[in-house]
Amino acid sequence: MVVTQLSTRPRQGEDNSTPTSGEARIRIRDVTLSYGSLQIIGGISLDIAPGETISVIGPSGCGKTTLLRMLAGLARPTSGSVELDGSVLGGPNRSIAIVFQDYGKALLPWRTAAGNVSLALEARGCPGAERPAIIRELLEKIGLGRHADKYPAEMSGGMQQRLQIARCLAQEPKVLLMDEPFGALDAMTRQALQDEVLGLVATTGATMVFVTHDLEEAIYLGDRIICLQPNPGRVGRVVDVRLARPRDQLLTREDHEFLRLRRELYDLIKDDHQ
Amino acid sequence: MRAASLLKNGWRAALLPATLIVVAQVAATVTQLESDTLASPFDIAQAFGSVMADGSLPKATLDTLKAAAAGCILGVGAGSLLGIVLGLSRLADEALDLTIELLRPVPVVALIPVVMMLLGFGAEMEIVIIALGLLWPSVVLARAAVKEVEPRLMEVSNVLQLGFLARLTKIVLPAILPQLFMSLKLAAGYALVVAVTVEITANPLGLGYGIMMAQQALRPAEMFAYLIWIGAIGWLISLLLNVAQRTFFPAFVKGEGR
Repeated sequence: MVVTQLSTRPRQGEDNSTPTSGEARIRIRDVTLSYGSLQIIGGISLDIAPGETISVIGPSGCGKTTLLRMLAGLARPTSGSVELDGSVLGGPNRSIAIVFQDYGKALLPWRTAAGNVSLALEARGCPGAERPAIIRELLEKIGLGRHADKYPAEMSGGMQQRLQIARCLAQEPKVLLMDEPFGALDAMTRQALQDEVLGLVATTGATMVFVTHDLEEAIYLGDRIICLQPNPGRVGRVVDVRLARPRDQLLTREDHEFLRLRRELYDLIKDDHQ
Repeated sequence: MRAASLLKNGWRAALLPATLIVVAQVAATVTQLESDTLASPFDIAQAFGSVMADGSLPKATLDTLKAAAAGCILGVGAGSLLGIVLGLSRLADEALDLTIELLRPVPVVALIPVVMMLLGFGAEMEIVIIALGLLWPSVVLARAAVKEVEPRLMEVSNVLQLGFLARLTKIVLPAILPQLFMSLKLAAGYALVVAVTVEITANPLGLGYGIMMAQQALRPAEMFAYLIWIGAIGWLISLLLNVAQRTFFPAFVKGEGR
């Protein structure tokens, strides 16, 4: 039920349901963040359009995760603001979902897969009678249909991360934040999940911000790539990705544009490390 | 399966107590023991039989266990509740921290005269003392457990905008349930100790009072019968709670060994 409602949304373009200031779903205005005298983020401004997929890369310690946590409302900017659909974000918001890297810690170990998805439905006050059908559909969609009664401890890392994604989708988010979600998974699982996430984002029309340290992953997923620079974290370059969608693990990665982008980003990151 | 292995290997553990009993009986027989302070195992068994038959031991047992259980539920319940609130609210924690640290070291036995003055003799007074004795340890354990709840899960509950009650029932309570049970397990043993102490020093009921009466009537066999019975009850309670813990929180018990 939830899914049909989501899938009617167009992937790109206008969203009439909510008033937007300009075109941006998320508007980051001059955001800084300091802990005491240590400045972590030093003035980031960025507009993210509805349905856009943004990849964020940068050397470790450049504030990628901190930026994402600010978008999730989990960290408060010292100055500047984050706006969602034109209104300032004052804290966590159910229409912004975040997938954490440490899936093992982000799931309730005492609940089954179905129960973990249910948590997000309970949170948004979804009536109990409607939950089972929604849960089944979401788990089916993310490839966990046969594992609804398993506990997280009985699942592989890939399955646990799928489950966390399913719970985030149950929030019916407008914005999906991902913090190096596939960093701890093996290469085959990672590629499978990349494609599934792209498919989900395409059908739900969600806006995605994807933090990764993997350049190829950033290119493969993104419409735009934000390269952060460290000390303090700021936007170094914004690179447009002009690769056709839907993307394909073999064809896209062999594309000349893909290879050119990889070289460009590699040189960029390398400079930052020196 | 645990109980079966206990039975199978039990004879090794039972060897020492059995030997001691036999040696004590032999020594008592050889020396033709006639004492106001000691008794032979056979006399103790006989005394046990008679206090069991006349109903005084079962009644005393029931009195002590009722008081211990009531005190345990009250003390651990109230203490855990307060501990959870302190664990969740930094404000409450800071406001009450000093008070708790000042009250905590007061030995519970020192409260016996005070509570007795307020409530007089009887089960009520004993229950209150047991509850007070368990209160602070329960507060401290519950508070620590809440503070150790995976921070990521608290963030998940933030992102989902769970209200206070939902956060408590869906995240915090299930997360600390194993620790709460652990707290109850420790409390049960302690409750029995405090109950018997109160009965020996002040309260005219229960197993502690039974021991006192036997001693003052110069009936060592009966005194030892009570003593051994108290030990057996304590052992049984901890055995039961251990089995329950293994059944309900198997993962937690494994982690305990680390």
